[in-house]
Amino acid sequence: MENNVKDNVMIELNQVYAELDGVTVLENVNLIVKEYDFLGIIGPNGGGKTTLLRVILGLIKPSRGTVKIMGKPVDKNRHLLGYVPQYAIFDRNFPISVKEVVMSARLAGKRGKNYSPEDHKIVADSLARVGMLGLASRQIGELSGGERQRVLVARALALKPRILLLDEPTASVDSRFAADFYELLQELNREMTLILVSHDISAVSSYVKTLACMNRTLYYENSHQLSRQMIENTYQCTVDLIAHGMPHRVLPLHDGMEGN
Amino acid sequence: MDILQFDFMRNALVVGLLVSIACGMIGTYVVVKRIVFISGGISHTAYGGIGLGYYLGFNPMLGATAFTIAAALGMGLIQQRSRQRDDTVIGVIWAVGMALGIVMVKLSPGYAADLMSYLFGSILTVPVSDIILILLLDLLIISIVFKYFEEFKAIAFDEEFARVSGLKTEYYNLLLLVLVALTVVVMIRAVGIILVIALLTIPAAIAGEFCKGLKSMMILSVFLGIVFTTIGLYLSYLFDLPSGATIILVAAAGYFLTLLLSRQ
Repeated sequence: MENNVKDNVMIELNQVYAELDGVTVLENVNLIVKEYDFLGIIGPNGGGKTTLLRVILGLIKPSRGTVKIMGKPVDKNRHLLGYVPQYAIFDRNFPISVKEVVMSARLAGKRGKNYSPEDHKIVADSLARVGMLGLASRQIGELSGGERQRVLVARALALKPRILLLDEPTASVDSRFAADFYELLQELNREMTLILVSHDISAVSSYVKTLACMNRTLYYENSHQLSRQMIENTYQCTVDLIAHGMPHRVLPLHDGMEGN
Repeated sequence: MDILQFDFMRNALVVGLLVSIACGMIGTYVVVKRIVFISGGISHTAYGGIGLGYYLGFNPMLGATAFTIAAALGMGLIQQRSRQRDDTVIGVIWAVGMALGIVMVKLSPGYAADLMSYLFGSILTVPVSDIILILLLDLLIISIVFKYFEEFKAIAFDEEFARVSGLKTEYYNLLLLVLVALTVVVMIRAVGIILVIALLTIPAAIAGEFCKGLKSMMILSVFLGIVFTTIGLYLSYLFDLPSGATIILVAAAGYFLTLLLSRQ
């Protein structure tokens, strides 16, 4: 994988704590994401991965610590962020077409009642980018899980983001689609910084540039290899990490663990 | 039809039309955004305003307007600011609104003869002054929906993303709840506070089974509302039944018929 990561800092979290309904979900999270990085954050369900994304997006205010997007608070630089949420939160029967979903990304910037020709062009380009232009007039409920996920990526791209955050984008799709999807993400990564959250260690680790583990706090090393210590800290138990058909392994070989 | 020779019948049909427009448009948002419960709360607090109108001697419809708008803003802010148990708080405000109305009506001098018409509706006896109020509210609702159609659609579909995209979601949420409040006021005279929530949601729920777009869903909802109110009105005239309840029963029959057909 080409490595075009630049030195300028896109996202910086400094000693961030966050609570949900009085329970501490994030504890002393420190994170620096550089431009054109592709950061994968893995960890158990309930470990705070989604909360971390929501804090970066400014949807949850941290109880302590600071979050900076290119040196400024989220409120000032929110327009740099694109977001692909988990599809599970949507009403599948919602009467809305693919094009309307993606159009909604241009809403905040539009002047007057109608979208501009430029808005329409951005939306068409975003749909073409994910290979969904042909299904633009479909209702979202008529799409497969994989197609829906692409529409949500197109919607995020229509925001013209420099940083794209994705929450479990392959949770509800089959593995063949997932491979295509990660390749799309790698393509996008040539133009923007990506942060991907997932519980799927083996899939994610073979596509990202930097890996971090999340369980209340973030275990993070600036290298592509996960240390066994990181994973054990995260999952608090020994994890069998066997590289099933992966192009390269994530963990170094060590005694007592068989690779295939 | 010879029943159209009566002024009250023509007025009732006009009210039915105005009610159908408001509840078809706003009911569509209520259904797709799943704010049926909070809408029920808003409609019941109207009784507090009606009681205040009786007690202080002004038009109860104006009291209802003030109370529902206050309830919409209050419940909306509670829903957005606090993350805990907001449905409990909404339920309490719902009951407090009703209770205030009951106490104030009791304290009012004289006998509140047309009280039942606010609770259960009386589309045949809507005074012209209230028809004018309903017409003005309808125009206001239509123009706001026309202006912010896309914004309301975005917050109904995915509020979180709308916020990330830079939309002032809190503002549009509160505005939508205020529109629910105004729609409730429009509907009170026709079907009554207790039954408002049924006519607000049934046409939109039926339309949702057939429509793939929000705009067509609204248009079909309005059309269904007109059909239900007109048939209900005619049946209530024919068999001397309470108009509000008859309209709701006709709408409910349409709803169950749709469910049966769409399951096949």
